[in-house]
Amino acid sequence: MSPATQALLEFLRSWWVELLSGVVIVAIVPLVAGYVVLVERKVMADMQARLGPMRVGPHGLLQPIADALKLLIKEDIIPDNADKLIFWLAPVISMTAALTSMGAIAFGPSFQVARDINVGLLFIIGISSLGLFGIVLGGWASNSHYSIMGAIRSMAQLVSYETAAGLALISGLLLAGTLRIHGIVEAQEQYGVWFIFLAPIAFFIYVVASIAEINRAPFDLPEADSELVAGYMTEYSGFRWSLYFLGEYANMIVVASVATTLFLGGWLRPFASVRWLSWLDVLPALVTQAVGVYCLIRAGKQPVAVQTKFMWAVALACFALAAILAAPLVGPFRWRFLMRGLHGAFWFLLKVGAYIYLFMWLRFTLPRYRFDQLMGLGWYILIPLGIINIFGVGIAMILESEYGWNRWLALVVTTLVTLGAAFFLLHLNEKRKAAASSAIAVAKEAVAGDIYAG
Amino acid sequence: MVDESKASQSSDSLKPDAAGAESGPGTPQTADAPGVPTAKPVAPAKPAATKTPVPVQVPLDNELSRRYRERFGAGILDALEDRKQPYLVIDAAKLAEIGRYSRDEEKFELLEDFTAVDWPRREKRFDLIAILYSFTHNTRLRLKIPLAEGEQAASLVEIWPTANWLEREIFDLFGIVFAGHPNLRRILLPDEWQGHPLRKDYDILQQDTPWVRENLGIESGQ
Amino acid sequence: MPGGVGNTLHEDATQTSKTLLGADELVLNMGPQHPSTHGVLRVKLKLDGERVRGTECVIGYLHRGVEKIAEHRTYQQFAPYVDRMDYVAAVSNGLGYCETVEKLLSAEAPPRARVIRTILTELQRIASHLLWLGTHALDIGALTPLFYCMREREEILKIFEKYCGARLTTHAFRIGGLQYEAYDLFEKDVERFCKDFERRIQEYVDLLTGNSIWIGRTRNVGVLSAEDCIALGASGPVLRASGVKWDLRKAMPYAAYDQYQFEIPVGTRGDTYDRYIVRMEEMRQSRLICLQAIENIPPGAILARVGKVLKPPPGEIYHSIESPKGILGYYIVSDGTIQPYRVRIRPPSFVNLQALDKMARGHLVSDVVAIIGTIDIVLGEVDR
Repeated sequence: MSPATQALLEFLRSWWVELLSGVVIVAIVPLVAGYVVLVERKVMADMQARLGPMRVGPHGLLQPIADALKLLIKEDIIPDNADKLIFWLAPVISMTAALTSMGAIAFGPSFQVARDINVGLLFIIGISSLGLFGIVLGGWASNSHYSIMGAIRSMAQLVSYETAAGLALISGLLLAGTLRIHGIVEAQEQYGVWFIFLAPIAFFIYVVASIAEINRAPFDLPEADSELVAGYMTEYSGFRWSLYFLGEYANMIVVASVATTLFLGGWLRPFASVRWLSWLDVLPALVTQAVGVYCLIRAGKQPVAVQTKFMWAVALACFALAAILAAPLVGPFRWRFLMRGLHGAFWFLLKVGAYIYLFMWLRFTLPRYRFDQLMGLGWYILIPLGIINIFGVGIAMILESEYGWNRWLALVVTTLVTLGAAFFLLHLNEKRKAAASSAIAVAKEAVAGDIYAG
Repeated sequence: MVDESKASQSSDSLKPDAAGAESGPGTPQTADAPGVPTAKPVAPAKPAATKTPVPVQVPLDNELSRRYRERFGAGILDALEDRKQPYLVIDAAKLAEIGRYSRDEEKFELLEDFTAVDWPRREKRFDLIAILYSFTHNTRLRLKIPLAEGEQAASLVEIWPTANWLEREIFDLFGIVFAGHPNLRRILLPDEWQGHPLRKDYDILQQDTPWVRENLGIESGQ
Repeated sequence: MPGGVGNTLHEDATQTSKTLLGADELVLNMGPQHPSTHGVLRVKLKLDGERVRGTECVIGYLHRGVEKIAEHRTYQQFAPYVDRMDYVAAVSNGLGYCETVEKLLSAEAPPRARVIRTILTELQRIASHLLWLGTHALDIGALTPLFYCMREREEILKIFEKYCGARLTTHAFRIGGLQYEAYDLFEKDVERFCKDFERRIQEYVDLLTGNSIWIGRTRNVGVLSAEDCIALGASGPVLRASGVKWDLRKAMPYAAYDQYQFEIPVGTRGDTYDRYIVRMEEMRQSRLICLQAIENIPPGAILARVGKVLKPPPGEIYHSIESPKGILGYYIVSDGTIQPYRVRIRPPSFVNLQALDKMARGHLVSDVVAIIGTIDIVLGEVDR
């Protein structure tokens, strides 16, 4: 064998797990993202007093498959004067960035593609922010006025809110002391408490900034379809559009995972370090069991036979999952090692799901920010608050380590001071807005030449 | 067309004339209509009606009409009341003056509506109708301005800015030009439309033939 | 259509023109196909960056020549046509037309008909405002109120359907009164709806009124002073939000409005937020009117004796009502025949839309969408 082939085989032998996981991610994430879309539609329908997709498959469960097929067979329209190469490239960049950043996410202690790289969090943030190129290039390449306006707005919004998100994450990282994903979760285990309780303001800033980063309401002005049709996505149809769309939902999963890892304890169960609460370990199996039982009860109430059988199948799947989750607890001792992996994945996914549900809830409740208000919120409130918060957490840590303060006391004191600073910033913002609106009144008078136009 | 409808109606008016059906309070009692001026919009030459209907317009003589007559004299051609609604027939040359007086002195702040009616057999073909409302006195007044074809009317935009689109619509549908309007273009119909549809000599069945022929390249299906 | 058939979103979408001062102005075309222009309305925005320096509305895409058609139909035949103008509030249109023709005939609808007309018109006012609220909130980005509003509107449309068979273009009234007697459970249905509605309005208020994003999007946006309102002829909630406490139902009562107690909501600043508050409050007042009316619907005839062939004495009449959008006026000239000589419809949306230019100057493009929504236009009425 030639040395090249040998080197290749050597590489494959040592890295086959990672490569396989990578392939699995690329294969599975679009499907998962499709089902997240379905969940969103069902949640949206629930909040809007209606049912959502019900026709395609029992309870609409085959809807994502149908949508994917439809998008694949749609006509591929490229605007006449579009820059063909960049038009093709932009959604690819968007999707690639999202999927690549998933590589460093740990979905539990044992599921991570980039196995424990020492710059885990930085890798995720850095690569996912490359997705911005996809948006901007897409808007530009479409050669349409609406698209370029949407792309420019999106670019400004993303850059500002990534700064804010980064500052919020730094506060958490000060507490964690490391960028390694596993290290961060272990730090939370050591502290005995999730970082959301130690740095709540940082978590709040991160929630707001992450919504803005993935262009979701109330920050979805770039894709506001009542104003700019669909912003940078206007000219995309069919499969290209679906790449953008899936990139957005993959980004949602990434952002939720980062928040879960850093603030919500990653894969730790609630009260992970409290020994006498270790009976909470039965919760995963119990919850899955309860869902299965509920499905059984609902199976009897379905109007159509197909849906009844489907409910039974879902109940069966839930019971199987419950059995798998219960196995390490009730099975032979050497199965214990499975517990960390499986239960960790369960808790992680549960927290990510809750975070995504929060996203959806906010989307359907709140109206949309206007662009200048959005930028004002980012630059005048979130970024200064983030900086102040870093100082606060840092000072709290110094107080604890150098001056022997009680950790909780130090953090509470600095959090209250930061809260005070937050109110002060809001007050300043109100004054600025009042000044701006009187500027509009002045502009109206100045511009009001003839009221007879139009 | 109006003539055809009248002909068909007279042939099937077997029932007694139900004009002015009185079934509730408020039937105006009119003895006669003295001194009907030639500009009155009574329908001309009704064909073969069973009886000539009694006109319901009465001369108007109250404070308001006296003030106007005092102020404008010959500018007020007539003051009448039709079913309890007063209106003044005024001279088109005095329109702007009377408008300004109405808004400023008589406090008719709102130009509620501005429209036109086409009486093709009359010498002064059009009747511009301005309906004014006063918030202070909570009354309405109608101004009727007879206008000959080709005659321009003064624009009321300076007095009531709401007249902007209202006058554009009159221009669009009747062809009446308003002198002093800042932007007199068609508003409801395409810019290149020929003809003014609300005129009585505009055939409703042939209305879109030239436009359809030019823009769609087919014969209109009407 | 100006510019020929096939005018797409991109034709003359962007042009730059130099003003006298040499600054670049960008002309952005909104519509006629656009998710937020509430129908086929084309608005040309002259932008300076993102600030609007002037607007020009191009209308007429829905012009159907209703006034010309009126001259070739009998008075009764024309009644269904008026529903199609403001198709969102068809019952109001019908009320205006029927009352105008009744005045022309010097007739009056019997008391029972007047009360039932009032109830149906107030329900229609609530339905129209609900549709306005849902679409306006949707334009500003709140996705959920639309569905709640549709849910309530559904109840009202069911009542209409039970009454006259149609939900949207109802032709509910006849000249002289009503054709259909109120169905058996009419009072119960209306009462049940009104009792439920207070809680629902509270839902909308909870979602929007105190929401800081909503306030930020609507406060001080599209301000129109009272003098401008009157000068531009704006009426209805637009006028009331600017501080003028005037409602045609109180100033010149028609139907049975003088029998009921209700308030006129007034705003202070004349901005989009005030118009929102005024319309919400109007819904509440309409609900109160309905509750008062169903307590005491007088018995008796529902149709006055106007005869089958209507030949009003020659002359003219003008009558207007307070439709949900503003002053809806009808000017009818009769020449003594069975067909009107001229029917002129004074559309509130047409006159209110003139105010768009004044309101939108100096604001951003996103605000223009909010302002178009807050004027509450229906293109069927603007274009007729």
